[in-house]
Amino acid sequence: MDYLHDLTSFLPGIVVTVASLIVIMLAAFKKGMNSIYLVSIGGLVIALGLAIQSLFGDVGTAFSGMIVYGGVGAFGTVIVLLGALLCVIISKEYLEEFGLHYGEVYAMMLFATVGMLGLAVSNDLITLFVSLETMSIALYVLAGLMHYEKRGAEGALKYFLLGAFSTGFLLYGIALIYGATGQTNLLEIAAAADGSLLFLAGSALLLVGIFFKIAAVPFHMWTPDVYQATPTTLTAFMATAAKSATFVAFILVLTRMLPGSGSGDWTNVIQVVAILTMIVGNLIALAQDNVKRMLAYSSIAHAGYLMVGLAAGTAAGYSGVLYYLFAYTLMNIGAFGVIAYYERNHSLDFTEIDSYAGLGFKMPIMGVMLSIFLFSLAGIPPFVGFIGKYYVFAAAVNADLIPLAIIGVLASAASVYYYLRVMVFLFFKEAHKEYTMKSPGLLFKATLVLLAFATIYYGIEPVLPTTGLIELLTSYYAV
Amino acid sequence: MELLLNIVIYLPVLGIAAVLLSKSDEAVKWVSLVVTSAAFLLSLPLMLNFNIADSAIPQYLTEGSPIFEGMDIKYLVGLDGLSMLLFMLTTLMGPIVILSSWTSITKSLKGYFSMLLLLQTASLGVFASLDLVVFYVFFELSLIPMYFLIGIWGGSDRIRATIKFFIYTLVGSLLMLIALLYLGYHAGAATGIFEFTSDWRFISGPEYTIGLVEQTWLFLAFALAFCIKVPLFPFHTWLPYAHTEAPTAGSVVLAAIMLKLGTYGLIRVSMPVFPNAFMEFAPWMAVLAVIGIIYGALVAMVQKDVKKLVAYSSVSHMGFIVLGIFAFNTVGMQGAIIQMINHGLATGALFLIVGMIYDRRHTRMISDFGGIAKKMPIFAVIFMIATLASIGLPGLNGFIGEFLILNGSFFSELYANKVYAILATTGVILAAVYMLWMYQRVMFGPITNEENNKLIDLNAREIGLLVPLVIFMVWIGVRPMDFMKYSEGWVDSFITSSEAKSLTIMEEADANELPNWTTKIYKVEDFKSTQEQIVKN
Repeated sequence: MDYLHDLTSFLPGIVVTVASLIVIMLAAFKKGMNSIYLVSIGGLVIALGLAIQSLFGDVGTAFSGMIVYGGVGAFGTVIVLLGALLCVIISKEYLEEFGLHYGEVYAMMLFATVGMLGLAVSNDLITLFVSLETMSIALYVLAGLMHYEKRGAEGALKYFLLGAFSTGFLLYGIALIYGATGQTNLLEIAAAADGSLLFLAGSALLLVGIFFKIAAVPFHMWTPDVYQATPTTLTAFMATAAKSATFVAFILVLTRMLPGSGSGDWTNVIQVVAILTMIVGNLIALAQDNVKRMLAYSSIAHAGYLMVGLAAGTAAGYSGVLYYLFAYTLMNIGAFGVIAYYERNHSLDFTEIDSYAGLGFKMPIMGVMLSIFLFSLAGIPPFVGFIGKYYVFAAAVNADLIPLAIIGVLASAASVYYYLRVMVFLFFKEAHKEYTMKSPGLLFKATLVLLAFATIYYGIEPVLPTTGLIELLTSYYAV
Repeated sequence: MELLLNIVIYLPVLGIAAVLLSKSDEAVKWVSLVVTSAAFLLSLPLMLNFNIADSAIPQYLTEGSPIFEGMDIKYLVGLDGLSMLLFMLTTLMGPIVILSSWTSITKSLKGYFSMLLLLQTASLGVFASLDLVVFYVFFELSLIPMYFLIGIWGGSDRIRATIKFFIYTLVGSLLMLIALLYLGYHAGAATGIFEFTSDWRFISGPEYTIGLVEQTWLFLAFALAFCIKVPLFPFHTWLPYAHTEAPTAGSVVLAAIMLKLGTYGLIRVSMPVFPNAFMEFAPWMAVLAVIGIIYGALVAMVQKDVKKLVAYSSVSHMGFIVLGIFAFNTVGMQGAIIQMINHGLATGALFLIVGMIYDRRHTRMISDFGGIAKKMPIFAVIFMIATLASIGLPGLNGFIGEFLILNGSFFSELYANKVYAILATTGVILAAVYMLWMYQRVMFGPITNEENNKLIDLNAREIGLLVPLVIFMVWIGVRPMDFMKYSEGWVDSFITSSEAKSLTIMEEADANELPNWTTKIYKVEDFKSTQEQIVKN
């Protein structure tokens, strides 16, 4: 009973929990927002530092096998914290502009982060469920931040109802798995799995719950409305940190619970869902005239590419997925950040693609950065998005899933059209009228520049004579 | 020298920083000109010190370490006989395209020149890279600047043109990426050390062979990407569109350099890596090439727009290059390589000339001109030389390339049919028809349009940027061996090794294990019975 060991193995989560409690107390008793903003950032920075340290540490389980630490879990923790930190930083100006700058927003973001951290290290279906709910409930609140707007209320309600529905699936799945094996620990379930109908049905329902959270087709219906209804910087939070956490949990479930001889072969299911997700996500994104909605559908498509790596089911596939999550966090938060900046200058509805006409030359640095993020999302070298895609598709080809890889690249070729379209409006069209632009704050600007730099740096990092990130990720599976 | 090669490649992209920091428009132009000229001058020692006797072996190698254990993807650049001339063509075109944009571009100069510089690095990178993944990255990187060059500084229908160009090329190259991944794992297994390798030296070498079934699919995927880039009929529809809408410098780079990436890839990758498929599909590719030659020429003949005419003439000329490549003999291949340079010089010059006349009159319609030779005598002379070079008049460079290609295809064992060469020759005749007819309507006769009386002849800048091209047109035309000697050893060695490799693969092939279509395409049983015959005798 080494309590200290248990506590240190979840230290980043504990730091964020403490920070979130401080934030909610400050929000209740103090007027100033600066201290709240700083405490949130400080908590996340400390947690991120601790998490980065644990990347290179040893691997094991804690809390009687309820959570894992080190390795994949540690990397999941890092991505979640990175995403949360970046989103908190870019949120301030945006929320202030639209009168949404409440202390509780930060508290909710931190609560959600705690849930995500639990999700990324869960080694037990109970941990998984509790973390997922902690995250989701906080996100429901954030989605409803603009409740006074018709669309805001609709989005939040939709998210909540469908989310609750999917939780039902997830919980039912857990119950059936427990019924079949008498276990909730992932490894013990794998050992006890007998391939019975009860177990397979439970696993299927569990996967449905996960598919809902990662917005895989056909469980994606909520995504566009919710993304559009949520304040943009918080959409970035939902699209990156929440998705990353769920994907890491998905990897943990696949590698720890479902690899057993009696657990059935789920590769085909994942393949079919991946194909549907890539095709549907990209095709509908083609028809969008609203940039935020377009990014929502593109995030569906990206879930599809990620699942290509999962379908490969190899060490290269899983490490490719982890790398992709990192890449996706960088470029997606960047893209949402620039969009939030444009919105802040005008109004909440300033996300129609037509209103972007001529903006690229108006603010060249912002325009160039948005182009970099979009090219990266489209998977064009030499940006990080290409490297991410390269790893997952390479894993699929190596696992003999060539048709899947071909569908994947064709879908991503189609995706190029709608990413380019944004740049067409930014640079190739004349502005409708003169806009006055507010200058962005130093921290906001620095964050975006840093993201753009990282997008390029990690795009060429593989050929630099340094130890690559992918090498670290692959080492987690080299047992 | 290794360092010098890297400096030449990356100098333009580093120049972007200086361009962005420049205070005035004049400074932007001068910085770009200095950077590209410096890159050209620095590339001269690379050509002069090149060991021609060993042109089959890459020289000036920079070799990075594999990205991580087991994955042999690494930064690997160097020049060999195949890439040397194309590399030099690219560095030569650098300052020329900068000069050509001196006065015609007025909108956001910093962006424009940054894009030209980025394009320069990307094109140099493609020709220098010897790792296929690095090759792919540069190949794709060249799309981004071209996308913006056409999209921002192009003509009236630029948006559709640039999107069509981008997506068309991307679809091809993404399928190539999948093929490349498969090839990499397959080759990696063959090394016995790595899980994945994309080192061209190994993949194209004799130790690595790839079975007939895989070869067919991989060849098709790679060939699709390259043929779209060339563009070979029927994948050419993006080209006239992109050419017409692009600004002059964009058209020049597109014609002189980016189209060559396709034919270069066919020689660099398709021939030595998939020799059996390369040889079996050669007649089919030749059919497409010949259709392209004649079709491009016929369509060029009826164009009313000079720029569109030159664009369709590109389709025709690139058909010649593909025909020469798939003749699969030294003469045809050598002709194809020198013709890539010739096409770059002649078509590049023609696009520059069209750009100059467009700057003056803001029209490119043939019917708007006529009789302007009287007003612009220097222009008329240079235009004439470029026209004749493009047609293939003896004494100028175009003749050398077309003659060797037709010669090579006439005696090609793979085509085993002289019809290809005969039909292709009509392309030369048609070229004379559409080019000379266009020249006559634009330059000679009475001046029918009052506007044309106000035309002034070329200024020093314009003459200065065309003269180097004219010098090389004559030089290659008179002393072709000064240039062709660079690739001769490479071509000899790789045709021999590809042939040997194809025999090894055929010997390894077992008709009973292969699917039916493969044995049919590659005539495995015929091959086996001939082998037995030889053994008996």
